Amino acid sequence: MCLGIPARITEMRDDLGLAVGTVDFGGVRREVCLAYVADEVEVGDYVVVHVGFAISKVDEAEAHRTFEILREMSELDELEWLAEVADAAERVAGPGGAS
Amino acid sequence: MRYLTEYRDPQLARTLVDRILETATRRWTLMEVCGGQTHTIVKQGIHEVLADAVEMIHGPGCPVCVTPLEQIDRALHLAERPDVIFTSFGDMLRVPGSECDLLHIKARGGEVRVVYSPLDAVEIARANPDKEVVFFAVGFETTAPANAMAVWRARELGVTNFSVLVSHVTVPPAMVAILEDPACRVQAFLAAGHVCTIMGWDEYEPLVKRYRVPIIVTGFEPLDILEGIWMSVKQLEEGRHELENQYVRAVRRGGNRPAQELVGRVFRIVDRAWRGIGTIPGSGLGLRPELAAFDAEVKFGLASIRAEEPAECRAGEVLRGQLKPYDCPAFGTLCTPENPLGAPMVSSEGACAAYYNFGRLHAGSEAVT
Repeated sequence: MCLGIPARITEMRDDLGLAVGTVDFGGVRREVCLAYVADEVEVGDYVVVHVGFAISKVDEAEAHRTFEILREMSELDELEWLAEVADAAERVAGPGGAS
Repeated sequence: MRYLTEYRDPQLARTLVDRILETATRRWTLMEVCGGQTHTIVKQGIHEVLADAVEMIHGPGCPVCVTPLEQIDRALHLAERPDVIFTSFGDMLRVPGSECDLLHIKARGGEVRVVYSPLDAVEIARANPDKEVVFFAVGFETTAPANAMAVWRARELGVTNFSVLVSHVTVPPAMVAILEDPACRVQAFLAAGHVCTIMGWDEYEPLVKRYRVPIIVTGFEPLDILEGIWMSVKQLEEGRHELENQYVRAVRRGGNRPAQELVGRVFRIVDRAWRGIGTIPGSGLGLRPELAAFDAEVKFGLASIRAEEPAECRAGEVLRGQLKPYDCPAFGTLCTPENPLGAPMVSSEGACAAYYNFGRLHAGSEAVT
């Protein structure tokens, strides 16, 4: 029920005193209320949308930063895995290689 | 989709799973608070792949599941009235009341409409001035600002044929109730990320200190959940208990101030009964007395509609994390998503429905050897 989906703001306007706008959920467009984020967003920003309301601006810098950490961790794992495979190959073949 | 699909990357998920399994020297007991997190965990089998490191207890964070029977019966009563258009989020339509559900009322000719946003209900009221339009205002802190705005908007536009049937609940008092229970086994919490987008995390810091329990504000995608679990396990292994924020892309310490302000103007804190759990002091929101004109309970005199919950449904134990869905004798036999006995089998975020829909029908691989 507390589902929140990230969407990009494509248009902002006023509806009888209420800040509203159009957002794009990866191709699907919808009108939402922007009153709770109006002071901090502009067209092009990403927001988390819940039951037709933008409830939070997506901090793109933070999103990018944490993702980089995860990617580095994953790459590190891959390097460790490659090293393990190389070690195992060496043990099987013995010193001096398999030639 | 940006900020969504990349958080489902299987390779990064594998990395986090490996880290968690490497870090844990014993099996820790964690609770994810929110039903949306339960859905992700059970769908992806996260609880199974991590079974050696953590036991996931599924918390009470599904508003559909905890809305008391009495409020459902009141909704049914209103929806049956010929002068009422009853509006609701879609997932409330199949929650069983004492005798039937909203879908049955609709089939019998009652005017029940599903809305995407609470503001849609206000628009329906403006378009139908000869009808009374009632919106079923359920939810946690995440949904409260939307529902508050609907009431505020109706007041500003002078829409007098609009009212709300309120059944709002809040997370921290429920976490206290869980922690105060002598049977509590929870060693760390994944706090509900979207609740915290509104409320921030100030409310959780006293809990961390008083109960010496790590609380990690966590998002909803598989990588979010895995990272939240990893942060919990690291704290537990290092003997720390701190508040940490995994969901940094959406949650700030202070939350969403404009949303908190309007919620405070429209609602006040009240005691609230949770289905299957009972009354938790100060755990709900009710309309402020000065907005009584928008309170469906006052407008339609609903106080006399009372209901007792049936004894055979053990949903309360599931919601408190004391019973796994597959250990309930009614699970998958008497109680299925097509014919639910209790609310956790109705909502896709309910623990019972999640276990049923994703084929987790028995202890199976979750058991530790």
